[in-house]
Amino acid sequence: MKITRRRKEKLIKNIFFLFAIVSLLILFLIVLFLFREGIPIFKEVTLWDFLFGNEWYPTYQPPSYGIWPLIVGSLIVTFFSSLIAVPIGVMSAVYISEIAPAALKEVLKSVIELLAGLPSVVLGFFGMVVLAPWLQETFDLPTGLNIVNASLILALMAVPTISSISEDALYAVPKEFKEASYALGATKYETIVRVIVPSAFSGIMTSVILGMARAIGETMVVLMVAGGAAAIPESLFDSVRPMPASIAAEMGEAPFRSGHYHALFATGIVLFFMTLIFNLVADYVSHKFREEGSGTL
Amino acid sequence: MEKDSIIETNRVHFYYGKFRALTDISMRFQKHRITALIGPSGCGKSTLLRLLNRMNDLIPEARVEGEVVFEDRDIYGPDVDPVEIRKKIGMVFQKPNPFPKSIFNNITFGPKLSGVAAKADLRNLVEESLRQAVLWDEVKDILDRSAMALSGGQQQRLCIARALAMKPDVLLMDEPTSALDPISTAKIEELVEELKKKYTIIIVTHNMQQAARISDMTGFFYLGRLVEYELTEKIFTNPSVKQTEDYITGRFG
Ligand SMILES: Nc1ncnc2c1ncn2[C@@H]1O[C@H](COP(=O)(O)OP(=O)(O)OP(=O)(O)O)[C@@H](O)[C@H]1O
Ligand SMILES: [Mg+2]
Repeated sequence: MKITRRRKEKLIKNIFFLFAIVSLLILFLIVLFLFREGIPIFKEVTLWDFLFGNEWYPTYQPPSYGIWPLIVGSLIVTFFSSLIAVPIGVMSAVYISEIAPAALKEVLKSVIELLAGLPSVVLGFFGMVVLAPWLQETFDLPTGLNIVNASLILALMAVPTISSISEDALYAVPKEFKEASYALGATKYETIVRVIVPSAFSGIMTSVILGMARAIGETMVVLMVAGGAAAIPESLFDSVRPMPASIAAEMGEAPFRSGHYHALFATGIVLFFMTLIFNLVADYVSHKFREEGSGTL
Repeated sequence: MEKDSIIETNRVHFYYGKFRALTDISMRFQKHRITALIGPSGCGKSTLLRLLNRMNDLIPEARVEGEVVFEDRDIYGPDVDPVEIRKKIGMVFQKPNPFPKSIFNNITFGPKLSGVAAKADLRNLVEESLRQAVLWDEVKDILDRSAMALSGGQQQRLCIARALAMKPDVLLMDEPTSALDPISTAKIEELVEELKKKYTIIIVTHNMQQAARISDMTGFFYLGRLVEYELTEKIFTNPSVKQTEDYITGRFG
């Protein structure tokens, strides 16, 4: 049978549709599974007590399944790592795309790419054997595995995400805007601050949010350097146990379909919603500003 | 410097890296006149225009020889700040390029940088500039709307208003109507003729009728050289060089 052009196009369209459906289906099945394994915990504990309970003793008799300390742990390391990574990531992107001489630009870009390519376990290792002893000695602490350590290492991981996406957004700012600015007698610095960065704003915001999403979902680093204490921290030098660390550390020991097992899946659901919210916000921000016609991603 | 000229180029050569884009250009641009620059694509019209307010500084490897005299000094002299030059010599580009900001903030962008801060002053300046650019009636009720929502012709007039808000001495226009429909083009041509009372205008155009209609002086360029520079009337009725005649009658270019 001869394949007409129309039929061929239809075939191609269907193949792409199939692939799209498959990835959607897989995602759906994962979420379904997550909920199926997580929901049963609410037979043992109310949603409120689960989310806001202060005690995470899943192996005690009787157990208590309050993940508030884990949520706080996640939020706190995400917050502080963003505090460090956002200025560094955005500034380095501005420097690379607008200021650095061509040769240095290439060097910096490769350094940041290299940083992005480092396996998280290597970064975690660095935090454990270099940063932790140093923190412990310098500040005379019982342990160097704490919020500060985790935030620093997570920041190191978020910087490449923030920097490279911001950089793309800055590059995408039309040359015409810059020319218009210079032609009105703006200096280079004024052009960067008043034209280039605002035009790339939605892309920069997207990068920030994706960087934060990266930090909140990161497992290996927090498992290795956050210290693992499931308690509400009182100082920046206290240990915490962010949600991914808790799941990774305990899943192996939790008996199949026990309360502990379900509680860990439910923690996964909470984490899922948090990253989902981050992504929705990123999406919203990038669309909102695009509609106003700024030059962005 | 001759009495009624405002900018002069003396034996200017211009290079993009090794490529010489302009050769030995000596021209006087007269105050309160409209000078048109014409010539085939790639002959260096935009290069010359951008040379006059140091926009070419932004291109790496660009190099100027000779001098460009404005207000009795060489604007390529060692102690000249290009930012100051660009405040006095405004520019309108081929493609309308408003900022993705409100109409109001587009106009006030330059003046704010130069230190105009009082709200009332800014508001007056916005109205004055938009009136000069014959855009006021169309946008007076939507000043806080994004400039990107305007039509192409309106955007171009906004860009002219934005340049005028700096109260420049000279306005450089690089094919300001090439992206516009005939009605917008006519509006901008009218506007340009109106503006020459207060400003000196140098305009690049590919449209021969336009050059003939609005300009007082016309320079014809070919391959980076100034072939003929004369009163517009003379150029279009009785050019002295054969090449000029061929070009304006459409035999090449
Ligand atoms: N940024 C640049 N780098 C290198 N060469 C350039 C650059 N800009 C222009 N040129 C070259 O300089 C010459 C003159 O260019 P210019 O843009 O001044 O021409 P033009 O007369 O304005 O042409 P058009 O009518 O098409 O706009 C051309 O040969 C062009 O290829
Ligand atoms: Mg040109």
